[in-house]
Amino acid sequence: MVDLSVKIGDITLQNPIQPASGAFSWEYNDVIDLNRLGALVAKTICREPRLGNPTPRMAETEAGIIQSIGLPGKGIEYFVDHIVPEYARFKPPLVVSVNSDNIEDFAALAEELSVPDVDVIEANISCPTRNQTGGNFAMHEDYTRDCITAIRAKTKKPLWVKLSPNAGDIVSIARAAEAAGADALAIANTFLSLKIRTDNFRPALGNKFGGLVSPALKPIVLRMVYQVAKQVKIPIIGIGGVTKAEDVVEYMLAGASAVGIGYAGFRNPTALVQIIDDLEAWCDERGIKKVTELIGAVKDADMETDTLAAASIGV
Amino acid sequence: MALEASGKYTNSALRIGDVDPYAERKAGEFIGTVVSNASVNDEYKHVVLKVHPHALRAYAGQMFHLLCPSPDGAEVWMRRPMSVYRVDKANGQIEFLYKTEGRGTLGMAKLGVGDDFNIAGPLGHGFTLEPSWKNIVVLGRGVGLATLAPLSQLAAEQKVGVTAILSARHAGVVMSRDLFAGLGARVLTVLDTDNTSAVENVEKIVEGLIAEGKADAFFTCGSNRLLKLMQRLGKKHNIPGQVAMEQIMVCGIGACYVCMRTFEVDGEKVLRRVCRDGPVFNIQEAVGW
Ligand SMILES: Cc1cc2nc3c(=O)[nH]c(=O)nc-3n(C[C@H](O)[C@H](O)[C@H](O)COP(=O)(O)OP(=O)(O)OC[C@H]3O[C@@H](n4cnc5c(N)ncnc54)[C@H](O)[C@@H]3O)c2cc1C
Ligand SMILES: Cc1cc2nc3c(=O)[nH]c(=O)nc-3n(C[C@H](O)[C@H](O)[C@H](O)COP(=O)(O)O)c2cc1C
Ligand code: FES
Repeated sequence: MVDLSVKIGDITLQNPIQPASGAFSWEYNDVIDLNRLGALVAKTICREPRLGNPTPRMAETEAGIIQSIGLPGKGIEYFVDHIVPEYARFKPPLVVSVNSDNIEDFAALAEELSVPDVDVIEANISCPTRNQTGGNFAMHEDYTRDCITAIRAKTKKPLWVKLSPNAGDIVSIARAAEAAGADALAIANTFLSLKIRTDNFRPALGNKFGGLVSPALKPIVLRMVYQVAKQVKIPIIGIGGVTKAEDVVEYMLAGASAVGIGYAGFRNPTALVQIIDDLEAWCDERGIKKVTELIGAVKDADMETDTLAAASIGV
Repeated sequence: MALEASGKYTNSALRIGDVDPYAERKAGEFIGTVVSNASVNDEYKHVVLKVHPHALRAYAGQMFHLLCPSPDGAEVWMRRPMSVYRVDKANGQIEFLYKTEGRGTLGMAKLGVGDDFNIAGPLGHGFTLEPSWKNIVVLGRGVGLATLAPLSQLAAEQKVGVTAILSARHAGVVMSRDLFAGLGARVLTVLDTDNTSAVENVEKIVEGLIAEGKADAFFTCGSNRLLKLMQRLGKKHNIPGQVAMEQIMVCGIGACYVCMRTFEVDGEKVLRRVCRDGPVFNIQEAVGW
């Protein structure tokens, strides 16, 4: 028996596998047993009902898909009354992702979402297509600090913060979020992208820009997790390109305590459960008794780093 | 890049003979074996898969989400939604009729006998037949017929009479005539080549069926013109109907909100998920494209 449980602050997950926000809903219970997951993560909710972006909302590219959904939803009241109870039927902790483009409203939303059946608030400050310039709180250190400080003041629930891979210096932003009271960091959201159709010269997505989602992004996000883990004390959830158990191991070796999975669950609806089983088998075969042994266990202490090369990326 | 191929850590899609850990669940992920994958005409192919019995629960109008192999070595990232064309419970087989369009369906076209094919489903709400309906009219064009064909099976089981109007560009691409006829449907073919497929002519045919009392409900898929016609005639004669819609999909399960389409309910525009709220919808609520 391998102990797959991990702690994210005060929350214990039975295993480090959780879905990524927006790529999951309780409806996956049609295909898999949701009680097996480390946590349940709801789609990002906004205050008012939103229709979301024009279609098409997804296009394939050479190396993954780009998507721009536009945070459709029925608003916070419906969410608390109807969607939270759908998730409350299952055992794993419920992580509720929330977004607003206004700091006071963001904090007020977090407060209103702090109901008993919600276990964690995830502040999605990084939706790359929330506005056309790709701007969001997670693009700037100061915005991140102000936003998370305001949310922290309004909720006692564990507060996770989802960061953007589009920020220039994700380490500074991670530190700002930690200083403002974040309990954990979700790294990262999607990469702002564009596809232009050569048959009609038009952008392929209804919203023009979209977020790139692809296993090809895993090495980039892994590098970010590695860098951030060295500079913060709070736990990290690695999100980006996980498609198999070894990817989970890689993220944990880099310093993550858990992973979020989106794409793999689209490709294989049974993937999340399969990855849990495979992770257990992987640990078992190597005599690893507790999966937490992997966290930050990358063996690189003896590797000389060229100070000139390393300086610019802040390792 | 084969995402599943990481040593022994592969996906848990069910093969024939596997114990089903999710027997009570609506849908699943399955690896079927290709029994045949032959051309029907210049544009369409028909693939037959032997599958785990769990997959045979599919009914008319439901879909599967297919993990198409690559046609060219580069990755096909997403699954492709496809209506079930026929469920052959006796032989444990499921069939799809498809048009080769882009990379996904081109990859599908290369499947050979004995190959694995990963399919997820059955997904979505399919067609329903009200017990009060004695005769229905099925009106389809192109690949829409793939979606409508299993209605003939459903109607035959429930002893409902079917008139199928099959619309096509020319006689060479009329599909599913035998399937409908074999199950006792009356089949009418309308073509572009002799102009019988023109909306005015189809309208005349349908008006005739209504007068004969052969149209308790309408079913359609695949043509905007035919959808509009059925909506108009349905309103005029107070005949209910159902339409199967398409949209690009990602999850197929209802989670991602990629597959939205606009519908009009009591004068108000609403967005619905084609994968889960459909793909079959009330014909009067559908908005053409
Ligand atoms: C519920 C449903 C049932 C369908 N049933 C059938 C069927 O029985 N037979 C059949 O031949 N076709 C059917 N289609 C259409 C089929 O899904 C598309 O033809 C197919 O996805 C095209 O993929 P491609 O890679 O060959 O084409 P490409 O054009 O290269 O596809 C590019 C992208 O667009 C998406 N896409 C393109 N056209 C469609 C479309 N019409 N619907 C959804 N996504 C699309 C693809 O998934 C892919 O992501 C159905 C679609 C839906 C939604
Ligand atoms: C269709 C789709 C919708 C998404 N919606 C959200 C969302 O609402 N909130 C959010 O924080 N991230 C959202 N994301 C990003 C994912 O949570 C995740 O960060 C990303 O997909 C990378 O993980 P992956 O490589 O495992 O897919 C979405 C991604 C996809 C593909
Ligand atoms: S394809 Fe994901 S909600 Fe329909």
